[in-house]
Amino acid sequence: MIEVQNLEKKYNGHRAVDRISLSIARGSCFGLLGPNGAGKTTTVEMMENIIPQDSGVILYKGGERDRTFNQEIGIQFQHTELLAFLTVEETLKTFAAFYHKHLPVEEVLAMCMLDNIRKNMNHKISGGQRQRLLLGLALLNDPELLFLDEPSTGLDPQARKHIWEIILDINKKGKTIILTTHYMEEAESLCDTIAIMDKGRIIEQGSPESLIEKHCKADGSPKNLESVFLKLTGKNLRE
Amino acid sequence: MWALFKARNYEFFRDRAGFGWNILFPFLIVAGFGVIFSSDSGSDYKLGVFPVKENKMVLQDLHLPDKLKIYKHIKIVPFKTRDEALDKLSHHKIDILLENAGPELKYWVNDSNPKGYILEKVVKESIIPEESFAAKVIRQEIKGDQIRYIDWLFPGILGMNIMFSALFGVGYVIVRYRRIGVLKRLKATPVTAFEYLTAQLVSRVLIMLLSSSVVWFGCNFLFSFRMHGSYLDILVVFFSGILCLVSLGLVLACRGTNEELTNGIINFISWPMMFLSEVWFSIEGASDFVKHAAKILPLTHFLSAARKIINDGATLSDVSSEVTILLLMSFVFLFIGSVLFSWTK
Repeated sequence: MIEVQNLEKKYNGHRAVDRISLSIARGSCFGLLGPNGAGKTTTVEMMENIIPQDSGVILYKGGERDRTFNQEIGIQFQHTELLAFLTVEETLKTFAAFYHKHLPVEEVLAMCMLDNIRKNMNHKISGGQRQRLLLGLALLNDPELLFLDEPSTGLDPQARKHIWEIILDINKKGKTIILTTHYMEEAESLCDTIAIMDKGRIIEQGSPESLIEKHCKADGSPKNLESVFLKLTGKNLRE
Repeated sequence: MWALFKARNYEFFRDRAGFGWNILFPFLIVAGFGVIFSSDSGSDYKLGVFPVKENKMVLQDLHLPDKLKIYKHIKIVPFKTRDEALDKLSHHKIDILLENAGPELKYWVNDSNPKGYILEKVVKESIIPEESFAAKVIRQEIKGDQIRYIDWLFPGILGMNIMFSALFGVGYVIVRYRRIGVLKRLKATPVTAFEYLTAQLVSRVLIMLLSSSVVWFGCNFLFSFRMHGSYLDILVVFFSGILCLVSLGLVLACRGTNEELTNGIINFISWPMMFLSEVWFSIEGASDFVKHAAKILPLTHFLSAARKIINDGATLSDVSSEVTILLLMSFVFLFIGSVLFSWTK
């Protein structure tokens, strides 16, 4: 579905993304993990066409990304605000108008459990409701490729569970998902492939099961993704 | 584009504080000036007199030339002591100071006060009998409608409001949207920069035409302004002026995420416009350099055309040069703004 080759990005001489290559198959749920400052968001934003790469190639469906790319993708950013004085419903309707084809707004409202706050202004909704609205915006055009940058950060367990159900449901429909997260449990539950980044490079890649099998076998550490993550990226604080 | 246009309009009208202020601000300014210039507190020259012992000054009891007591535009301000009066004179609170004692006319002036210089001539003239020069001067009055200051000022206040609304309402707002990620979210959609900027431009131009109309008719109801030209012509001038100032706002908004810096740049541009474009007062007596500098400012051409139509009854063809300059400036600003526009930087 999407492939990157030797992708590189520098900020003030610092190499935030260091010649990484990835290939994400259609219909997969790909998790990009890494400590703060590892280069996850920069990598994903280059793939989303939000920021340009310094070098390297990004191929979508085997070719260069063209004007249809933005019609076919959905993005949920980690940090973003919305127009404060629009209601939830108006926000969805406004964004729906940007696409040639889109899901009915009613369906998105129901899917993201936004029905009861549809008339609330954006500046009056809670953090969890905002996160659900942002996910709704990403799903509006029924995207073939969905980018989710830490989709459940700041949510309570119930809301997180609900977001996971939506993501799994979308993935079951054959949509491709690229997900960054700090929650190992989230990656383990949702992703079929995981890449772990550190210092701008991909240091390990595989299915959650294969990574656990490979890294937690010998030393008796708990058999979960968190152990793999800590083993590969170390226990020192970042940033 | 229509969706973005609608969204921007909702934003403007629902932000009641911002919307209210946009309408209320010019009302307050015009109302304030209406009050000031309808009372005698607007006297241009202040003549201090000391000592005046009684709390209530009786004009006829003062030892001043009779002429001085009846001149228009001179307000006589009494003081009990010389020290108090001299302090006011040195701080430009009064323009000249006369001693209220005997037949000899003794006065003090502040050399750094231009009004004091003129008033000194008036004081000297007041002791010369009228008959000595009456035959040598011929007084004539202009006929017809005279333009009140408030009539002259009104287009300036509207223009100033439009300028601030365009620069802050477009420039500042877009920079804020960029900083908080609203533009980044839009970049992730198929919306193009051209569509976004056009929606902003059209929304702002229509909103400002509407709000200026509300202010116009509200102020007209209160102060009965004299409109000598055609409403259609003034609409064209306002459209051109608003388009130009909004386009300038888009140039200021094309890059950057620092609201403080944008605020500073907007102030840096708007304050010279406010003074050099004759919002409050004419720069007729200023140096040629200042007059030429004023001509590079869009507000100068906007207000010039507006005043010609409102105050003098000019037609659109009489102000075609100003309108052409405004439209050309708009085109240049739009071109620069769209070429340099960035969603994220």
